This record gives sequence, C-alpha cells and structure tokens, in this order.
Amino acid sequence: MSVSPPDYLVLEHVRKEFGSFVALGDVSLSVRAGELLCFLGPSGCGKTTLLRIIAGLETQSAGRIIQGGRDISLLPPMKRDYGIVFQSYALFPNLTIAQNVAYGLVNRRVPRAERDRRVAELLTLVGLPDSGPKYPAQLSGGQQQRIAIARAIATSPGLMLLDEPLSALDARVRVRLRGEIRSLQQRLAVTTILVTHDQEEALTMADRIVVMNHGAIEQVGTPFEVYRNPATPFVADFVGKTNLLPAAGAGEGRVRIGDQRFACEFDGAFAKRTDLKVFFRPEDVQVRGVGGETPNSAAAVVQGLEFLGSYSRLTLRLNGIDQALIADLSVNDLAEFRVKPGDTLRVAVPVDRLRVFAAGPE
Amino acid sequence: MATTPEPAFGTALPGASSLVGRIRAPRLRNHWSDRIGIALLVLAGAGLAVFFLAPLVTILLKALQDRSGAWVGFANFTTYFQTPALAQSIWNSLWVSVMVTAIVIPLAFLFAYALTRSCIRGKALLRNIAMVPILAPSLLAAISFIFWFGNQGIAKALLGDAQIYGAKGIVLSLCFATFPHALMILVTALSLTDARLYEAAYALGTPRWRRFLTITLPGAKYGLISAAMVVFTYALSDFGIPKVIGGNFNMLATDIFKLVIGQQDFGKGAVVGILLLAPVAITYAVDTWVQRRQSALLTARSVPYVPKPSRGFDWLMSAYCWLVAALMLAMIGMAVFASFVKFWPYDFTMSLNHYRMGLVEAGIFEAYVNSVTLAAFCATFGAAFVFGAAYLLEKTRGAEGWRPFVRLLAVLPMGVPGMVLGLGYIFFFVQESNPLHFLYGTMAILVVNTIVHYYTSSHLTAVTALKQIDNEFEAVSQSLRVPFWVTFHRVTVPVCLPALLEISRYLFVNAMTTVSAVVFLYSPKTTLASVAIVNLDEAGDIGAASAMATLIVVTSALVCVAYYFLQTWLDRRTQAWRQS
Repeated sequence: MSVSPPDYLVLEHVRKEFGSFVALGDVSLSVRAGELLCFLGPSGCGKTTLLRIIAGLETQSAGRIIQGGRDISLLPPMKRDYGIVFQSYALFPNLTIAQNVAYGLVNRRVPRAERDRRVAELLTLVGLPDSGPKYPAQLSGGQQQRIAIARAIATSPGLMLLDEPLSALDARVRVRLRGEIRSLQQRLAVTTILVTHDQEEALTMADRIVVMNHGAIEQVGTPFEVYRNPATPFVADFVGKTNLLPAAGAGEGRVRIGDQRFACEFDGAFAKRTDLKVFFRPEDVQVRGVGGETPNSAAAVVQGLEFLGSYSRLTLRLNGIDQALIADLSVNDLAEFRVKPGDTLRVAVPVDRLRVFAAGPE
Repeated sequence: MATTPEPAFGTALPGASSLVGRIRAPRLRNHWSDRIGIALLVLAGAGLAVFFLAPLVTILLKALQDRSGAWVGFANFTTYFQTPALAQSIWNSLWVSVMVTAIVIPLAFLFAYALTRSCIRGKALLRNIAMVPILAPSLLAAISFIFWFGNQGIAKALLGDAQIYGAKGIVLSLCFATFPHALMILVTALSLTDARLYEAAYALGTPRWRRFLTITLPGAKYGLISAAMVVFTYALSDFGIPKVIGGNFNMLATDIFKLVIGQQDFGKGAVVGILLLAPVAITYAVDTWVQRRQSALLTARSVPYVPKPSRGFDWLMSAYCWLVAALMLAMIGMAVFASFVKFWPYDFTMSLNHYRMGLVEAGIFEAYVNSVTLAAFCATFGAAFVFGAAYLLEKTRGAEGWRPFVRLLAVLPMGVPGMVLGLGYIFFFVQESNPLHFLYGTMAILVVNTIVHYYTSSHLTAVTALKQIDNEFEAVSQSLRVPFWVTFHRVTVPVCLPALLEISRYLFVNAMTTVSAVVFLYSPKTTLASVAIVNLDEAGDIGAASAMATLIVVTSALVCVAYYFLQTWLDRRTQAWRQS
C-alpha cells in the first residue's frame, strides 16, 4: 500500500437542521487530494444537502469546512473554489456549447485567443470537439452532461462536485459515461465528490464510498470494503443483493438461524445475544463440491428461479428457516446441476463469508 | 474511518444546538455582488412600500380624521351609515355585482366549454372576438348601450317604457366588460382536464350528462370560483360604467369620486374606500386559496383532451358562440359606427367630425397622446421593474427576512380596487409635507400608479417564467464566479423574453384603458384618453367620447398585433436553441 495522499477537504462536525428536522447530524469526513469520493445513500439521507453545504448553496447549522487548508465554512459560493455539475445539466439554453464552456473564463478576463484554445481543448477532452457552435438542445442528454462537466472544469477548480450527474440519463448512456467521467477525473487528478443513489455507480467509479443514511455516515471505505465488509446491516442491505437473516448467538463461534446452526467468526460478546443478523451475499452460496460433511451446509428446496443472463438467481428455502434465501448460480453451475423449481439441493456458505451484526433499530 | 453518529448534545461545538440554549446558526458572508443584489431588492421593496403601502395606510388614517385633520375616531363611519343615500350604495353595489356574476359565469362557461370540448370551426376567431372588450375601457360598453337603447338610441323602442340608464344599463354593460376576464380563466380551467378520465368513464359506459357532472364540473370547480371572484370584484369596483350609464343609480365606486372630487369630503371618501376594500379583500383571499389548490390538479403526465365531432352538439355550440360573438361585435361596432356618424340621431352620414372637431380642434387629442406616452412608459420601465424585482426575489440570495415582505407587496395590489388605490395616492401625495409631493400632477405619478395597479398579474407572469428555468443556473454561475447580473442579462432575460413581452403588452393595454385609479390623479396637462371619455360624456359630447374610445380600441388592437409579430419574429430567431 502506498502512503495515502493528504486530505484536501475536511468536514468537521457538520450539522444541518431544517426547523426541527435534522438533515445532517454531526458529520465529520476528509476527502483526499485527487480521489473520487462518492456519497451514496437513499433519497433523503442528506447526501445532497452535504454536497450543497460544501458548495455554499446551503449553510450548515454548525461545523467547519476546510478546503486546501483554508476555512471556507462561511465563504459565499463565489469565494470558494469548485466546479459543479447537476442532474439537470443546467446548461444555458440560449448560449452555444462554446459559449457555455467559456462562461466562467469570460469573467476572468482570459484573453480571447487563449479562451478559444481552452474551449477547443476542453471539448476535445470530453470527446465532442465539433459541438462548439451548436446549442444544448441539439445535443443528447449524455452529450449535454459532458459539456456541463467541461464547463465545470474550464476554470481548473480544485474540487469538482457532481450531484447525481447520471440520474437523468438512460441506462446505456449512463454506463458509458460512468467510465468516461472516471477516466477524465483520473487524468486531471481533480479531487471529486460524486453524489448518487445508484450503488452500481458508486462501486464502479469511486475510490472511496461514504454510505449515508438518515443524515449520518454509516461507513466510509473502498468499494471492495463496503461490498465485502459492510459495517452495518444498513450498508449490507443497501449495497448489493444480500441475505440478511435474524439470528441468535449459540455459543462461541456459532449462530442459530431458525432451527439451524452455522459456524462463523464473530465478536465473543455476541455469543449470548438473541437480536443478531447474519449477512451473506447471494454469490457466497455454493453448490459445487458440497456434501453432507461440508461445514455450514444444508439441504434447500428450490422455490423459484430467475434467469438474469450470465447467472441465475435461485430462491431457496431451508428446513427450519422462515425467511427464503437467494443464491446466485453461474450459467455453468446451473447447467451442471440441472436445477429447476421443486428440486432439493445441498448448499453451503463458507465460514468466512458469514458476517454477524447486532441488529440495529432497522 | 467510519464515524459513529452521536447526538451532538453536550458537545462543545460552537454554534451547535445544545440543551442549554440555542446559539444563532452561522450565516455565510456575502460576496460584494450579493450585496448589490440585496441593495436592489431592498430598493424595490421600498419602492413598493412607498407607492403601494403608504397610500393605503393614508386612507385608513384619513377615515379617522375630519376635514380639518383632527382625529375623530369612527365619527365618519357613523355619519356615513346615517346618510341613507350613501348606505343605499352598499346594497346597490352588492346586488349589481352578484347579478353580473350570476349572468356572466354561466354564459362564459358555456362559451369556454364550446371552445374546449366541441369541434366547432373558427375557435381562434371566436375567442379573439370574445376578448375584444379587454382592449377597450370598460365604459365603452356603456357608451354603446346608450347609442343602442339610450334616449336617442336607435333601438330604444325595444325597451318600451323602460330606461337603459340605471341598474339595467350597468348590469348589461358590466356583463360585456367582464365576459373576457371570466372566459380566460374558464378556458384555462377546462383545458386542464385529463383525457384519460373521460376515456375511463367512457369505457365504463357513463352517459354524457353524468361525465359532465362527475368529471367536467369538479375539474373546473376552482376555475369557476376564481372566475366568479374576478367578475364580482370587477363589477364591485368598476367606475366608468356606473359613471356613464348609471344615471341616478349610486354605487360605491361613483360615491368615492363624488365625495372626494365633488365635495372634497376626504373622511367619508376614505370610509367608502375601506368599505370597498373589505369585500374585495375577502374575494381576493378566497381566490388566492383557490389558485393554490388549482395548481395541485395539474400533473405533468396528463393527456390533453381532444374533442370528438358530434353533429347536433357542435351545431348547437356553434350557434351559441356566434350569437355571443355577434353581440360583442354589435357592442363594439356601435361605438365605432357612432364615432363616424355626423350628427346622431339626425344625420347618419359618415364623417370624421368627431375626430377632427370633437377631439383635435377641441384640444383633447393631447389626452390620447398622453395615454400612449403613459402606456409606453409602463410597457418599458414597468415591465423592466416588475421583471427585475421578480428575478431578485426568486433567484438571488441574502436578506431572507425582507423577501416575504416584498413578495407580499407584489401580490397584494390585485386585491386593491383602482378607485381605492387612486384615492390613497391623492391622499398621500397631495400633502405638501410629503417630500414626494412634487410628483403630484405629473406624468410620473400616473406611470407609477398604473404599474402598481397592475403589478400582481405582471409579477405572477414573471415568477411563472422564472420558475420554469433551471434553478441551478445561479448556482453554476456562482461556482464559475460570474456575478448574478451577467447571468441575468446573458441568460435569464433572453430565455424569459416571451414572458417579458407578455408583461409589457399587458401593461400597455391596461394603461391605455384604465380609468379608475388615474381619474383622481390627472392634471390638466396629463389628462388621459380614458378619462377624457368620462369628461366628454359628462359634457354631453358622446360622439367625441365614442371617437376617443375607438382610438383606444384601435391602438390597443394594433399594439397587440405588433406584439404578436414581435413574438413570432422572436420565436423564429430563437428557434435554434428553444427546441430541437
């Protein structure tokens, strides 16, 4: 592991209330220079509010914001240093693409020739070199959003804020633009915050993800950490498909789910608790090479089978467990085991794939 | 480094809310460009306070003073109600307004229904004919009725022994004058219905009358209430019509004028002003409530209703609409016709005598020039002010405590009848101690008064247009460090130009036609065309009065056509970016 870069943006105990509603409760966070940090959470979790506070479009009720060593907590947006991109693109409809991109340059008295050169360079950078004389309405949604990004980075801001930039686009364009934004961000090495409710977007684009819920941070981590080792049941449930089963401690290293017992690694303090939740991913369920002696294995009845292309999702019912489980099987596994609804199948979940939480208020 | 969220209670954060006591939430510093915006907004609000609020407050004060200016409590009110002729006016005003509302709303509803729910031909033409009264001062209808049914009217025989002067004439004239106002609202209300409701009802085998009762009427409910309020308010506060055709029939609006201008009894005039303000304020409050409910009915996913041909029904609707249109044309046409008649009712040869001798040589043509000047000022400075203030209100930040006040001042003028506003102006600006006294009797005061009088509709048009453009334009501009006025002139104004034109046209036409507020404020040098009609009529020169009315109608119509072409030209020029 290399040494992590210095913190570029630091939030200290940021709080936001709207009347008696607490939109953000004491959020502290640091964003490293050059990374793409993603705020992920369901609508109303406070992620957009937090972004708007960083932009100075909302004012925090308490707390400090430090950008590049400078306290910007009370600075108006015009004194801060960022470029912003909105879901709605917010391109000026009556100005040409070139005029849109040059909008911030004009005011900084950049000489005309240099301005034109910079606009051409930016348009090439976002892959639309010939769009200069067109109007926004003449471009597709994805193209407009690329122009919005070009406009935001035209003045070379220290921070790029992306507020659900892909949510208004259709699925195909979204996937393509995801990669383009990411590679652009890495090439420019600009510190970037991306707000999204789309976990796939967060997992594919971010260096680190901040999972938020009810105005609080649930977990901060790399996409891999957040997916593999969710810190809370909420994160486990929100990011990716999940089996989350109620369980009780059954002595050291064992939990009881319904009438079945499973081995797992957990905090000793959980041994006697009855309000636990066990978490594992559908792809953690194994069928290949599972026999009667395989640890954590059980017989399962296939209730349903959903074909999803490269893999299929089974709905399984285990003896003595009320809640159905889901398991993802590759096309190969499916062909080999000839699974069809009504069949009985022996399945197992490796010990190190089970994670145990104390059930929260969820 | 996941942070565990903990309640901030008891933490030593500066500014955090704690159990001990609330510390004021931090506020962002203002950029100097924000400060300019705030200063302009404060200025706009102050302007509205001085030119709208202060005159109204003066009325309240005057109502409590006697002629010498001594405080007399409610004495003016007591003597007012003890004067039977005056108290009678309240009753007169009320029943006339109720009657006009009861007649106009069904008629306008049927017309709107025909325009939106039938397949009749010439809808655009019918609609434009029905809108014509808006281009004329309200009293044009009264003048036409005098030519039709007055003492020397060509159709007087139809009335038998009855007289057109008085309540009858007032009600009839008001019906014409208010019809387009009701029609506009009802057409909008009926256009809002979702076609899928009808398809669902149709699929369930619902008969036509039941679809009407269960879908059409409930859908247009708020429109109906709103239209009724507008018509009632208009009838209650109109001055021109009762003045011209009222004879001895007294109404509140004419009483104000008589008391203040005729008898110089400011105290009692103020009492009438307050009386007039009360019912109007109530209807206004109801209407505001209704408007709020109405907007909730609109959903973006509604499917517009497309009427299907139905022979008998379409024929019936067509007959009705053309009958109404014919009546409208007969009304307008009579005033125009009479303005060219040499000597009514003795010599019906056509001549320009009323224009040449009655207006130009009598030195009254200047009033027309004044009206056009006034209208031009309102259409330019007025539209710019209204739009600028609306922009500052909607799109800038800072001075959060001041904004609701300015917003209130922007929407209240609609609830104040012109006569009351004019009365307030005269009370407020006539005082020599007032530093703004120098405005009294100038064109400037007429301009300001007219802008304030028609402020609310213009303001709402501007706000609607501004709300339609992306709210993040300002945020983006700030992130690019572009001050708001650059975005205002480079983006907001070009994008909102259609609305700006609409405001400008609205102010122009209303400035041309208004009588009520300005009747108190003109000086010999600033007489207006619409006021000149009242004076000519009073002097018995009804031919010249109709000539002046015709000039106003023609001017308004030409200006509307000009705006239409301007709009078309603009659409063509901006087509490249408006859509693709």
